[in-house]
Amino acid sequence: MSALWAGIAILALGVLLYLQENGDVDLQSGWLLAGFGACLLIALVATAAGRPRRRMDPAQIAAEKQLSAEIGRDAGKLSWLAVAAGLLLGGALVFLWSQGALQDAGSAAAAALLVTVVLGTISAPLWLAMVRRLGSERVARARSEERAEVAAHLHDSVLQTLALMQKRAGDPDEVAKLARRQERELRSWLAGEGPSRPTERLADALEAAAIDIEESHGTPVDAVVVGDAPLDERMEALVAATREALTNAAKFAADGGPVRLYAEIENGGAQVFVDDRGPGFDPDSIPKDRRGVRESIIGRMKRFGGRAEIRSEPGDGTEVELTVEGDGR
Amino acid sequence: MSSQPTVVIVDDHAIFRSGVRAELDGMVEVLGEAESVEDAVRAIAELEPDVVLLDVHMPGGGGVEVLGQVAKQRPQQRFLALSVSDDPQDVIAIVRAGARGYVTKTITGDQLADAVRRVRDGDAVFSPRLAGFVLDAFAGDLPAEEVDPELDQLTAREREVLRYIARGYLYKEIALRLHISAKTVEAHVSSVLRKLQLSNRHELSRWAVSRRLVD
Repeated sequence: MSALWAGIAILALGVLLYLQENGDVDLQSGWLLAGFGACLLIALVATAAGRPRRRMDPAQIAAEKQLSAEIGRDAGKLSWLAVAAGLLLGGALVFLWSQGALQDAGSAAAAALLVTVVLGTISAPLWLAMVRRLGSERVARARSEERAEVAAHLHDSVLQTLALMQKRAGDPDEVAKLARRQERELRSWLAGEGPSRPTERLADALEAAAIDIEESHGTPVDAVVVGDAPLDERMEALVAATREALTNAAKFAADGGPVRLYAEIENGGAQVFVDDRGPGFDPDSIPKDRRGVRESIIGRMKRFGGRAEIRSEPGDGTEVELTVEGDGR
Repeated sequence: MSSQPTVVIVDDHAIFRSGVRAELDGMVEVLGEAESVEDAVRAIAELEPDVVLLDVHMPGGGGVEVLGQVAKQRPQQRFLALSVSDDPQDVIAIVRAGARGYVTKTITGDQLADAVRRVRDGDAVFSPRLAGFVLDAFAGDLPAEEVDPELDQLTAREREVLRYIARGYLYKEIALRLHISAKTVEAHVSSVLRKLQLSNRHELSRWAVSRRLVD
């Protein structure tokens, strides 16, 4: 603020000297001082205007404030530069004019140019600040749009699920299922994963199978999938056989904790394991009419050049191993 | 070494800390809790727990920051990372920063107590998901001249053990299937942990990006 008063004082002194035309001090010094004062004032006003005002919107967050402070600091630095440049140029202009150098018609253009340069230099921080403020407003707008999007997503997903869970509080299985489904959904959303493509990619298809079986049978399925490959006819057969194995495990081994699916996909081949800690059975004693295992798993894998192995013992869980050979790379 | 192991729980969620404390009751002695990086560094230096249960995501740098700061004062301190995050990059980062294992927060109390005991005894603890990440990270061949076989490749046996872990089998179940002792299974897992922490295999840092996106 003291600089503002100094500016006014210099301006006043200059004007005073000019008015006292017959004083001891000559006219030129008066002009000179008045010019300096005016330049200083304009620059100071520009500095003050260039400093972004603090926003009153209560929704603004701390990051925004920091941004404003940074812009303010930059604008302040630039303003002082402009003050110096303005003073210099203004002084030169006033000096030339007082010397009569600019009174010729030929010098008028030069004078106009000089004035433009002076005004431009002085008001530069103002323009700069305006441009930046527009930028920061755009950032703020983008941020509030993003917030609205997040809010909408949470409303459609998490809040709905929480409401459902309160309604079904008496059914622990259903509550666990809802929680797992929501967890999965939120996870993939947070990870920014693209939409799952279960009709195109093997990894997505296996994971989708795990989710389907879990949801339709209420038995948790833990899936770990390593690698990926496009879904061709052979891999579709693999997925179908996997579904069958998961279904059996979910049906018969629900008391043994989660069913586990592990898949390793590499070099065009794939190996899938479905394991459970259920009661197990004697694989040799599968009745002929149990099409599930014979046809849907073993037969299907064979038809497409793969193989299926089932290891189980009564009381010791079941392991299903499905293999599609790779291209041997 | 059969007495109750001692832990400090580091997590910025109070509900989660009290949940873990309740679940571990009677199996593990909880010496203290911390909810920030600074608190954690101070509490660990003061309480000297056998194991630190460390949340991956925390304000102020997260678990990796705690690991870095504590390692300077207590290089022997053992950490078990505990997180809801399944983001492979986060998980690999915290293990490479020095954690001796990683389990997800949905783990049961018994399993967590068992994992704490194993980390205290110097073993590594891999969840099925971490085993999957590691198999993925070490998949594929490197040009021969770039390979340090000591660190950049898994042995066939290590791969086998990891595969069983990814399939959700316990160490003793794996031992039974491979006709080796549970101690040997543990030795294989510890060796994998060492490779995971020290390997220069460039996939380890940028594998998560490259793997799933490249068809």
